Amino acid sequence: MIPVVSALALEPEPHLVANECTACGARFFGRRAACAGCFNEAFTQATLPTEGEVVAFTIVAFAMPGVPTPYVAATVDLGGTKVQANIVGVEPTPDHVHLGQQVRLTTFGLGQDTHGTEAIGFGFTPIGD
Amino acid sequence: MSSGDVWILGITMTKFGKRPDVETDELAAEAALGALKDAGVTMKDIGVLAAGNLMGGALGIGQQVQKQIGQTGIPVFNVANACATGATALRTVIMAIKAGEADMGLAVGVEKLSGAGLLGGGASRYDKDTWTPRGTDGAIMPLDGRVGTAGMPGTFAQVGMEYGHKYGGVSFELFARISEKNHAHSVLNPLAAYNKAMPLEQIMGDIMIAYPNTRPMCSANCDGAAAAVLVSDAKLKTLDPDQRRRAVKISASVLTSDPYEEGCQVLPNVNTLTRRAAQQAYEQAGVSPTDLDLVELHDCFATAELVHYDNLMLCPEGGAVDFFESGKPFRDGALPVNVSGGLQSKGHPIAATGIANVWEIAHHLRGEAGDRQIEGAKLGLAHVIGLGSACGVHILEKAS
Repeated sequence: MIPVVSALALEPEPHLVANECTACGARFFGRRAACAGCFNEAFTQATLPTEGEVVAFTIVAFAMPGVPTPYVAATVDLGGTKVQANIVGVEPTPDHVHLGQQVRLTTFGLGQDTHGTEAIGFGFTPIGD
Repeated sequence: MSSGDVWILGITMTKFGKRPDVETDELAAEAALGALKDAGVTMKDIGVLAAGNLMGGALGIGQQVQKQIGQTGIPVFNVANACATGATALRTVIMAIKAGEADMGLAVGVEKLSGAGLLGGGASRYDKDTWTPRGTDGAIMPLDGRVGTAGMPGTFAQVGMEYGHKYGGVSFELFARISEKNHAHSVLNPLAAYNKAMPLEQIMGDIMIAYPNTRPMCSANCDGAAAAVLVSDAKLKTLDPDQRRRAVKISASVLTSDPYEEGCQVLPNVNTLTRRAAQQAYEQAGVSPTDLDLVELHDCFATAELVHYDNLMLCPEGGAVDFFESGKPFRDGALPVNVSGGLQSKGHPIAATGIANVWEIAHHLRGEAGDRQIEGAKLGLAHVIGLGSACGVHILEKAS
């Protein structure tokens, strides 16, 4: 198995990891040469909570080939760190997704390469509603 | 004694729409020659040229324009700043004039975008045989649509929804009504790509692109160009009275980028840099938002217009919905916004937009806007934002 992006850690349970500036605590997904907030060049890894709140969403009707539509894209606040991901496991209609919705990280397969390695994607699914 | 101000001496925009009859450089030349004629000068008078054409690739549009209208050996700056490219060309010429390197300059923006479809999203550079992490985020496949959205419609949809989450009061219908306003405004603009009013039901019933923006709530891809001749205060004083009479003062010219804030690399923050640009512009011009007679702001999507009422401080913080509901941004309201029809109906030929919106303001300040003239307009603001981000704000003042 291989995560779709380096920010997704699969063990022991799936969770997101950010690079955190050791000076100001700003968090980034992926490599940065220096902190965009304070220019410090040292980072540590921070584990993000797996539950959070939808602070913005959209339902996208058109996408590149291979991406099912419509899909719900959202900005999710995970304890003060925002992440962009899809909302999955719900009808992609405005009746089923709402601002302020509580959601939880989930993972799913995105297909295998020729060696049989499964790509693991992530999204968020509503908690209890 | 010169004030150090920079003035618009001549400015023009082409009709926006489909222009299969001309090449990009010819369309740019049409606007540039129009601006020179409007200014009553020739390329011989121009000391610096800044030009933008976002989709044109590596060829320098500035030099291509020179080959169409006049090669004099002056410095050329080819600029690119996403949807703020036109404003960046203006800003570049203004800086050159303020620095004393030139006393007259030309800014040009052009785009051929008819039929371009949806913009944004990632290009493929991934290995499907063996999943291999690429780039700073270690992605093994294109993320657009799989891990959120990278497209413009979905991004700007979230910008509007985020405002709703913060302050409340937004709905699909509210955003559609903002679009209805702009389409109604466009009826009076003969240069708009689309100048038909659209009833609310038609806007809401059209194809959904990225909820809550349907197709007519998205900026219209089209062909178009705009150009401006700018002049120093000292040089203007030497020109004849007819040229001076129609000159429009640039009271503020500001370009900002996105300062770091939590989340800004996840969902582009179009708010902070716009607010900063507006604050700096009001300070430079010595005016307040309530002094403005009209505003052209970057309504690349209906959801974007709402947040910029707030970012440009046309309303109290958090008050954008109330501002719209009060009727102020309608052309018969207290502070008309996008009387040109905005990007949703006038069209959005990317690099031309940041000059075309300045043309719209200048047109009203000169009292030449015909049927859509905002009577007695003396002060106006033009705003663009390019995702990434860059924000340009220009405040223009009628010559006294």
